[in-house]
Amino acid sequence: MTIGGRIVSAKFADAILPHLDAAFRLARWLLRDPAAAEDVVQDALVRAMTYFDQFRGENPRAWLLQIVRNTAWTSRAGGKRLDQLDDDAHATLATDAPDPEAALVQAEAAQSLTDAIARLPTDLRECLVLREIEELPYRDIAIVVGVPIGTVMSRLFRARKLLLAGAEETWK
Amino acid sequence: MTDLCADWELLIQAEGDGELDIVATARLARHVETCTACARLQSQLHGLSQRIRDLPRDAAPTRLAAGFRVAPARRRFVPALGGFAAGMALAASLMLMVTAGADPDAELVAGHIRALQPGHLTDVVSTDQHTVKPWFDGRIDYAPDVRDFPAAGFALVGGRLDYIGGRPVAALVYRHAKHPIDLYVWPASGDAAPSVTSSKGYNLVRWKAGGMEYVAVSDITPDDMRAFALLWLGKS
Repeated sequence: MTIGGRIVSAKFADAILPHLDAAFRLARWLLRDPAAAEDVVQDALVRAMTYFDQFRGENPRAWLLQIVRNTAWTSRAGGKRLDQLDDDAHATLATDAPDPEAALVQAEAAQSLTDAIARLPTDLRECLVLREIEELPYRDIAIVVGVPIGTVMSRLFRARKLLLAGAEETWK
Repeated sequence: MTDLCADWELLIQAEGDGELDIVATARLARHVETCTACARLQSQLHGLSQRIRDLPRDAAPTRLAAGFRVAPARRRFVPALGGFAAGMALAASLMLMVTAGADPDAELVAGHIRALQPGHLTDVVSTDQHTVKPWFDGRIDYAPDVRDFPAAGFALVGGRLDYIGGRPVAALVYRHAKHPIDLYVWPASGDAAPSVTSSKGYNLVRWKAGGMEYVAVSDITPDDMRAFALLWLGKS
């Protein structure tokens, strides 16, 4: 029931714990492996507790995501090359919807988009996920990734061009 | 897309990301009206964003949050400890649950602590009292008065239903200098001046007025608690 049963201050709980879902989603998109993502978030939360007294109280979400991002890339799973990751994302497609065929088509489209995002170079993927999934403004993405806003914009654009080119490829 | 339009690319993207100011947005809109290549890029980027946002969203496994327990207020940082401390923390939280039934203050504090868990602080998020008040209609059999004191530093952030003493109770959620305050309200007869107590490291202030009993729970100072009560009573 508990992972270490760690005690946190109400201040920490109030600032940080509301962003657990965002933290997990980011780790999941960066690493493509739910178990590794959970480990990374766990480690990131422990780091966040350790460094919480240095947190200046602004933008806890960007602060936590920055720790998650850095933890992910220094973790064992993050060190693995993308082509070495198991392709378990294909495992489940929802088929119990009222119209199984339409649901399947929809699920396949979602899956192929998910795969295309996963194939993006990591520096482009993290910017795209922070913008589109976590809905962070450019300013916060720049903080999380640690690059200037201009770099965020060009990485985002390259990521989107690659996805659009890939989509045209599959429609041919 | 011609090379001449390369300068517009990042602007088109920034517009889709909600990052463009109103002047640049207007200038871009005029350009897109006359440039089919840029119009096409704009609609492709919008479509892509929509498709990514429609992807299924993961929620964090609940055991991630369950691994953390909130310490009583005023304790700044408790370092991660080993199994013994984990056991103690669990025992402490169990005691909180066990004693909750007997001690009404502890039950309210337990409700406050539960609400500090991710996503539980508010069921209705609004700083508008005219949104929060009707939200309670049909959820409880009384209509709590909802007030907001942003100028005095006690800003309404939403409301919630809690179960206290086995019945649903309205909880109004305020924030004072980043500290959440839960104000529980239920019908009661009589009037009583504010009195401040503490339980499990949290401060409580309770009073009765206008056919309702009010109990606020927070980790702000007893003086701030009293000031909050006086604001409610219109005495400050």
